[in-house]
Amino acid sequence: MSAPAVAEPRPDVLPRRPRTRLRQVRKRGLRVVGVAVLVFMAAFFLLPIYVMLITGLKSFQEVSLATMWNLPEGLHFENFLAAFQALRPNLLNSLMLTIPAAIGSAILGSFNGYVLSKWQFRGSETVFTLLLFGMFIPYQSILIPLVQFMQQINLYGGLPGLVLVHIVYGIPITTLIFRNYYASVPKELVESSRIDGADMFRTYRYIMLPLSAPGFAVVLIWQFTNIWNEFLFAIVLTRPASWPVTVALNNLAGSQIVEWNVQMAGALLAALPTLIVYILLGRFFVQGLMAGAVKG
Amino acid sequence: MRNRRALALLAAASLLVMTSACADDEPDIVDDEVDDIELDDPEAAEYDVLESPPEEDAVEVFTWWTAGGEAEGLDAMIAIFNDEYPEYQFVNAAVAGGAGTAARAVLASRLAAGDPPSSWQGHAGQELIGTYVVAGQLEPLNFLFEEEGWLDVLPEAIIPQISHEGNIYSVPVNIHRANILWYLPEQLDAFGVDVPTTWDEFFAVAEELEAQGVIPLALGEAWTAMHLFETVLLGTMDVPTYDGLWDGTTDWGGPEVAEAIEVFDRVLEYTNPDAPTLSWDQATQLVIDGDAAFNIMGDWAAGYFGAQGLEPGDAGYGWAPVPGTDGVFQWLSDSFVLPVDAHNRDGAIAWLRVAGSREGQDAFNPIKGSIPARTDGDRSLYDEYLLSAMDDWETDEVTGSLAHGTVASDAFKSEIDTAIGLFLSDRDAAGFQDGLVSACTIAGPC
Amino acid sequence: MTRDRLTAAAMLAPSVILVGIFVYGFIAWSVRVSLSDWQGLIPSYNFVGLENFTQLIFHDRRFHIGIRNTGMFSLVFLGGAIVLGLMLAILLDRKLPAENLFRSIFLFPMAVSFIVTGVVWRWLMNPALGTRMSGLNLLFDQLGLDFLVNQWHMTGPPWGIAFIGIPAMWQMTGFAMALFLAGLRSIPEDLREAARVDGASEFQLYVRVIIPLLRPALLSVVIILGHISLKIFDLIIAMTGRQIALDVPAIYMWTTTFDANNFNRGAAIGLLLLLSVAVLVIPYLWYSRRQETEL
Repeated sequence: MSAPAVAEPRPDVLPRRPRTRLRQVRKRGLRVVGVAVLVFMAAFFLLPIYVMLITGLKSFQEVSLATMWNLPEGLHFENFLAAFQALRPNLLNSLMLTIPAAIGSAILGSFNGYVLSKWQFRGSETVFTLLLFGMFIPYQSILIPLVQFMQQINLYGGLPGLVLVHIVYGIPITTLIFRNYYASVPKELVESSRIDGADMFRTYRYIMLPLSAPGFAVVLIWQFTNIWNEFLFAIVLTRPASWPVTVALNNLAGSQIVEWNVQMAGALLAALPTLIVYILLGRFFVQGLMAGAVKG
Repeated sequence: MRNRRALALLAAASLLVMTSACADDEPDIVDDEVDDIELDDPEAAEYDVLESPPEEDAVEVFTWWTAGGEAEGLDAMIAIFNDEYPEYQFVNAAVAGGAGTAARAVLASRLAAGDPPSSWQGHAGQELIGTYVVAGQLEPLNFLFEEEGWLDVLPEAIIPQISHEGNIYSVPVNIHRANILWYLPEQLDAFGVDVPTTWDEFFAVAEELEAQGVIPLALGEAWTAMHLFETVLLGTMDVPTYDGLWDGTTDWGGPEVAEAIEVFDRVLEYTNPDAPTLSWDQATQLVIDGDAAFNIMGDWAAGYFGAQGLEPGDAGYGWAPVPGTDGVFQWLSDSFVLPVDAHNRDGAIAWLRVAGSREGQDAFNPIKGSIPARTDGDRSLYDEYLLSAMDDWETDEVTGSLAHGTVASDAFKSEIDTAIGLFLSDRDAAGFQDGLVSACTIAGPC
Repeated sequence: MTRDRLTAAAMLAPSVILVGIFVYGFIAWSVRVSLSDWQGLIPSYNFVGLENFTQLIFHDRRFHIGIRNTGMFSLVFLGGAIVLGLMLAILLDRKLPAENLFRSIFLFPMAVSFIVTGVVWRWLMNPALGTRMSGLNLLFDQLGLDFLVNQWHMTGPPWGIAFIGIPAMWQMTGFAMALFLAGLRSIPEDLREAARVDGASEFQLYVRVIIPLLRPALLSVVIILGHISLKIFDLIIAMTGRQIALDVPAIYMWTTTFDANNFNRGAAIGLLLLLSVAVLVIPYLWYSRRQETEL
């Protein structure tokens, strides 16, 4: 059985004692360099967002390649209003879709990750690989049987069916992330819990789950963003009344003239909920430190 | 050891026998579940959850008119429908679309699942015939054309182009013209050039423009190159020869096509090098900005000029037939169909009646920026460009567009698209012609 | 012990059943279609053997271009996102100021759909030169960084597609960073302390101790970004308007299936993509598992 383990530092990597003074100066220098790198990278990451934002504030006539860096001549907040009005009916659908689907697939992924990392059995590697392999299925090529199947089980057209589909196709990724996350949790924790007489599920509930915050943060960030932004399944599996926000966003563009200003405003609006999720979940990364603390 | 077996199993996975193989030789706790992997019966996943079936009285109509003038025009037509047929509930299932977008997938998957919408929008002609009619998905509409007297108000020439084996399968609601050369008259004066009427004149003008550092012809992304190619085909051969390309009577390997390819190749030399990264309207914008002199685009470009504050006429924007196509109207049309087993067939027919009516078309087209398919439109509603198009529509010789679905089935068009794409990247004229010949053999009438 | 096994089975069962239907059931369907003559809207399952596959593999130029492009794209995208993501995660883990702010900024591109990303980057990477210069080129020009001005994805093959990796990197580096960060935070502090006490420099600490411990996170990043890379589709369409020179199999599959209704060819492309995953990724998965066991 391949038991995942946390490695101890190898003795051969430990070199001579350093000169502490020099090290502190260097450390401060590194901090400055580090911050500089972060600021530069942040600028790189924000540049396209900046373009989206100023384009979203321009009038339709102002939008052109030649003037893309120019600040808008007036602040056309009406673009955001127009986009919001077009997206509003679908925002609720998106929430009703994304929250249960993200949580559902996270829970299943956590179950699978726990069993496959800490309770391995003969064939568990195969099961893991089989589950994982599902991630690579090209969704475009299975739309036809998917629609047929959803109709057969009477889940075509509404949100419950779409939730189910997102849960299913989320399983590979959530399983992968949790399995690898749990692999770094020391196995002694599980073993001591077993010695204390706790059964498997209690060990999960009282030992693993409390340590899972960073794992859940990553998985929920991924699933929430992905499902929130997902378009293909949404448009193929639901009828207009259940369309999530991506379909409405897509429909802001006509087949002939695209009002890029409204489009960009809409894209920024549609991205807000995900941004909120990042800010809320980001702090749970910090709790990862506790996972280490428990060991000591 | 374990790994080797697992690897073998993986190989098997790709061949899809793996699930059973795994269950057979591994007496493990997962046996039961692994068996389930094979399950094919929907019983196992019987979820008793609410679905949202369409209401009985719903008329669900698919279009790709989701924004701008097209959406407003559609709304105007829906308003008429709601007035005249209050017993039905109109469901606007508009999805932004066109080739390569999700709209096609939605329709294909719903048809495959036997659940078509009440009606949908398609380009009149082979796009509908070559794809849906031959698959037996559409009902003939001859009865409706007779009841409503549409045969008398539609130009005679387009009836054969929207028919298959004597039956008509769609109701055209508007007409666009593909073969238009756009420019700003004041700019041409400044450049000191005239509007070319033949390709030879175009090349002469293009040389002058290039000498002044002006892009002679603004071009956009891949589909606009196909649009350009179809107008070059039409501009280098007469209409019967062009029509023959689509029914197999003109040889794609022949000298006419070779000449068209040669012209196309030369024209491409006078286009902007960043063409593939521009959407069609950004290409048109090059003309407005004075970076380019001409743009070849369908007449929806008039709507874009208008949205940019330009009026038709000498002080605004001007238009002419693409060189070599004077007196020819290369048309395309949005039309609506009646699927076999339509959900709420009566409601769907009611929608078609509105779409084909004078009132419906006059409500839709002035806003959308196209001319009515009917020849009895109310001329007071249309602007100067559209009026000129209406005149041409009545007097010109008419033939269909390739890029917009009139003359070639989707499969044929898609093969041609690939051939053009390969030509744009390697500029191998002989290879291009071979590609077109095999496109016609694989998916066309040859 | 048996009860634990039952519990384990119960925890796995829903996933195994669902994936069994939605993945393997549908793959079976694809296999059947890919061996058939189904073109047009009417399903047709007449068996034609491997014809669709041999046609693609031996005769289809568009498919060959697509394969080459996918390889180049994956290389740039994965390589870039992993290196940058790891670097950002390490920096953020060092408790530099404004950590929360930076983390949110780096994650933010993920919140935007690929289609919008494609449009914005299409503008940024506008390849026009001279008076019509715009986007990043114009920015470089005005900042005096002329040597950076280039033709971007309009650079001829095979490098054109590599530039499309940049927007993809921009969008997904944040996620790589998040995974690495979660991995870093799950490494017990006493491990680091132990190494420091033993006199390891910070650099050695990372190279010899911490980064090797991130192998599971790295595996997740490779697989997750890899699957995006193979299926990348809307980003390229939004950026390039479907040029053959920048085509990938996923786009080809879409157009041939839904624009041309060649369902058999589409299914065959889909399966070839899956097969390439099986060939490329799974041995790595196995190798990586073995390494983990040895550690």
